[in-house]
Amino acid sequence: MNESQIAEKVQARFGAKVLRAYAFRGQAAVTVAPADLRDVLVFLRDDAELQFEMLMDVGGVDYLAHPDAESMDWRFEVAYQMYSLSKNHRFRVKVAVREDALDVPSVWDLWGIANWMEREVFDLFGVRFTGHPNLRRIMCHDDFVGHALRKDYPINKRQKLSQPAENILCAKPEHA
Amino acid sequence: MGLEAQINQPFIATRLDEVINWGRKYSMWPMPFGTACCAIEFMGVVSSRFDVSRFGAELVRFSPRQADLLLVMGTVTQKMAPVLKQIYDQMPNPKWVVSMGACASSGGFYDNYSVVQGIDEIIPVDVYVAGCPPRPENVIGAVVKIMEKIDREKAADWK
Repeated sequence: MNESQIAEKVQARFGAKVLRAYAFRGQAAVTVAPADLRDVLVFLRDDAELQFEMLMDVGGVDYLAHPDAESMDWRFEVAYQMYSLSKNHRFRVKVAVREDALDVPSVWDLWGIANWMEREVFDLFGVRFTGHPNLRRIMCHDDFVGHALRKDYPINKRQKLSQPAENILCAKPEHA
Repeated sequence: MGLEAQINQPFIATRLDEVINWGRKYSMWPMPFGTACCAIEFMGVVSSRFDVSRFGAELVRFSPRQADLLLVMGTVTQKMAPVLKQIYDQMPNPKWVVSMGACASSGGFYDNYSVVQGIDEIIPVDVYVAGCPPRPENVIGAVVKIMEKIDREKAADWK
């Protein structure tokens, strides 16, 4: 299936739960609310025609002061890049995250790789993934305050790490 | 006449600093702290084509306790900074530091939230090498600069 056909299939299945559907240069995407995210992703993974076994990437977007932001009543999006090994097709699902409600359900139990990807989005954008087993920073150090890839983070504000090297080099238990 | 007749062995007269510095400068033991592409260029420096062993600094140590020349090659993040500091502290005296490339010297083009803007915020640096990455000749030039600096030192300066 090509991407617009996949988008049509998702829209036919979920109807008004798809907040936004668009295509850009042959790449289609749908935007959904956090409450519907897991239903959509499970559908994409388990449907016989779709079979998205692989979660390629999870990334955050901050639309603060973006030209498109006027048509959106949310500030952040989390984008899930999907790939089907057996069908060789791709699709993108985005979840709309309002600044006053930063919770998105975790999908680490559907794709194990989401564990670290969600930690990255949490670290850099401050989106909280509910149900995540270990939602700690993964890129920035533990003393870091704020979220570095938000558009309102000062572009070259640096924060020093005061801890000694032992605390960095000696691994802490993963599920502390 | 004097001493030569008394001591029936060949000998030379010199200053202690001269002997010690001569030994130090032709036998430097580099510790590579490679975090980026400069470390790849360093492989060319120590390999046969450019061959830093011509200057006596070819035997790379991967323990700071066995090294006296710290080569910082690449981008150092705020998260990595305490590690670099600890490695420097673990090196015994005398020791020298080369900051190789734009990132280690100034942060390079990473003027952002995560990168240390030059390792001299953390540890003292003897020689900065410009380039992104520098040519191997430049790195060997830095080794020669260190040798010249050793020549000017007094052994008693190092505790």
